[in-house]
Amino acid sequence: MSNHTAPQQAAGRETTEGRVFTVTGGDWDELAAAVGKADDERIIVNMGPQHPSTHGVLRLILEIDGENVVEARCGIGYLHTGIEKNLEYRTWTQGTTLVTRMDYLTPLFNETAYCLAVERLLGIEDDVPDRANVIRVMMMELNRIASHLVAIATGGMELGATTIMIYGFRDRELILDVFELITGLRMNHAYIRPGGLAQDLPSGAVDQIREAVKTFRKRLPEYDKLATGNPIFKARLQDVGHLDLAGCMALGATGPILRAAGLPHDLRKAQPYCGYEDYEFEVPTADTCDSYGRFLVRLEEMRESLRIVEQCLDRLEPGPVMVADKKIAWPAQLALGPDGLGNSLDHIKKIMGTSMEALIHHFKLVTEGFRVPPGQVYAAVESAKGELGVHAVSDGGTRPFRVHFRDPSFTNLQTMAAMCEGGQVADVIVAVASIDPVMGGVDR
Amino acid sequence: MSESNGVNPDEELNASNLPGQRGDGGEVVDVRRGMFGAHDGGDTTGYGGLVRPIRMPGGSSRPYGGWFDEVADELEGALEEQDLLPGNAIEKTVVDRGELTFHIAREHLERVARTLRDDPALRFELCTGVSGVHFPNDTGRELHAVYHLRSITHNRVLRLEVSVPDADPHVPSLVKVYPTNDWHERETYDFFGIVFDGHPALTRIMMPDDWSGHPQRKDYPLGGIPVEYKGARIPAPDQRRSYS
Repeated sequence: MSNHTAPQQAAGRETTEGRVFTVTGGDWDELAAAVGKADDERIIVNMGPQHPSTHGVLRLILEIDGENVVEARCGIGYLHTGIEKNLEYRTWTQGTTLVTRMDYLTPLFNETAYCLAVERLLGIEDDVPDRANVIRVMMMELNRIASHLVAIATGGMELGATTIMIYGFRDRELILDVFELITGLRMNHAYIRPGGLAQDLPSGAVDQIREAVKTFRKRLPEYDKLATGNPIFKARLQDVGHLDLAGCMALGATGPILRAAGLPHDLRKAQPYCGYEDYEFEVPTADTCDSYGRFLVRLEEMRESLRIVEQCLDRLEPGPVMVADKKIAWPAQLALGPDGLGNSLDHIKKIMGTSMEALIHHFKLVTEGFRVPPGQVYAAVESAKGELGVHAVSDGGTRPFRVHFRDPSFTNLQTMAAMCEGGQVADVIVAVASIDPVMGGVDR
Repeated sequence: MSESNGVNPDEELNASNLPGQRGDGGEVVDVRRGMFGAHDGGDTTGYGGLVRPIRMPGGSSRPYGGWFDEVADELEGALEEQDLLPGNAIEKTVVDRGELTFHIAREHLERVARTLRDDPALRFELCTGVSGVHFPNDTGRELHAVYHLRSITHNRVLRLEVSVPDADPHVPSLVKVYPTNDWHERETYDFFGIVFDGHPALTRIMMPDDWSGHPQRKDYPLGGIPVEYKGARIPAPDQRRSYS
């Protein structure tokens, strides 16, 4: 082993697994030459967990032979935050605050899936007011657009197509502005609650959404112009990350990956929830089974989501946004104060001044929470990334006994090996980007 | 104290005049005492003597309703064709909240799953993974592995549940039937310590490789640090009082 190494390149060291190089910069050719002297042609490369093109803290372990990937494996768990464990120590209502942080790009899907599970455990699914359902659908579809925009934007960035990235994040900002107006936060909303919503739409929200939809109608074709027909973009994406229908079914892939394999499976159509059966929309598919197909499916889904959002706006009728049962609904009248969202001062004045019982009830409901009859349920929604399932178990207490999230990113990421092995290193980036994994959801 | 009404809750859990008694339904998986998590006699609220059995929904009898009967018939028929007595494989069928659950004996899990996947009348082609549940006081059935199977062909979802004792936490792996369970089984092993026999590489997936313990089990504390706020001190989440 030579001691002549470039200053920025740490020396190779011998381990039981073979010779290990740590690369911190410098000339790749020198390293390749040093490695080339080894008798084994195959190199194992650790990509990530801190690598700009691996979508967060995803670690890819690639065994490469020249430019070809022989074996590919994922190392995950770097963003494991124990959310499922934490849920068991908070009330059912507080749970939304935690689950919204799982897949941080689809917070409203997490919240809705969780709330649907709690509502089924309580047996109040049919009592959720219509207005709450319409707003849930509208928020989820806006969230779907935001999530797909990030998928396309980061996918473009990893190819070096920074214009797509700038466009994607610019347009997502429109949706985050809407979310901020409605929920008070750009991410981590905790807006959807068991039984309905935290609060009604504020004034001006409908107008702002209409404006945003109008802007999107103008801007979505820009992605077509920029990418869909672009020969370089197509050359990088077509036939890369191939996974056919049989592979999808075996590996449990859902969402755009499954639909790009030609199966129009969408839980919004198959097992409608929140009143999805009343909306008109198509389930776009592609039959190419590759990254390009997934890109096209996402693009088309955003158009369909816009259609649904418009239908939601037309269907909004005045009414309550929370179940009438005072044992579940928080007796809150939220208002935006100088220090953020909280109970309105007038309402506090009223319950503090005039109703001792209301105060006690409020205190009990917020600190202790409501009891949920024992049992278990599985509620699933079609998140932007596929089937997001919640397995919730109650033991009759005020806290969840066990909540498990079947996050689509987690399951879809398993397909990485099938998509990448036998391909080239550069195509790994494209394939992983087309899976659209979000590590917050994968690791939870 | 409790002698006055003639019932000793420690012995007669099913006495009808005990609080928390709701019908006969279900099977007792745990018994809760008191209300605020104080177990050392420090509870002066009067709730200290509360005894509440935790009853999960029990077995259902036919008809199950909807497509549940059809699926149960098909599954039983298909198992009989394979010379397997359905009663041996399916320990219990539970219909609760519009969902169908088959409790499966672990030695027959793989056969049942394969039948559910391949039988044309069943066709549960998509498995959404496995989730673990830990009932520390359900003696002999502490660890549950719960599978949700989805049939896209027939648009149905059902649940398989396998219970194993903590002392022998082995469940056959379903990776051969549903390759998607690879990571899911690793996750459940990581969090609950359920060993999936036949899994190609059952290693930890979320926690570091050298971690000891299985964090989602009920006997594994959440841990945490108290919250200090302007002189007030709020205990760590696992130390706070519990109403359940």
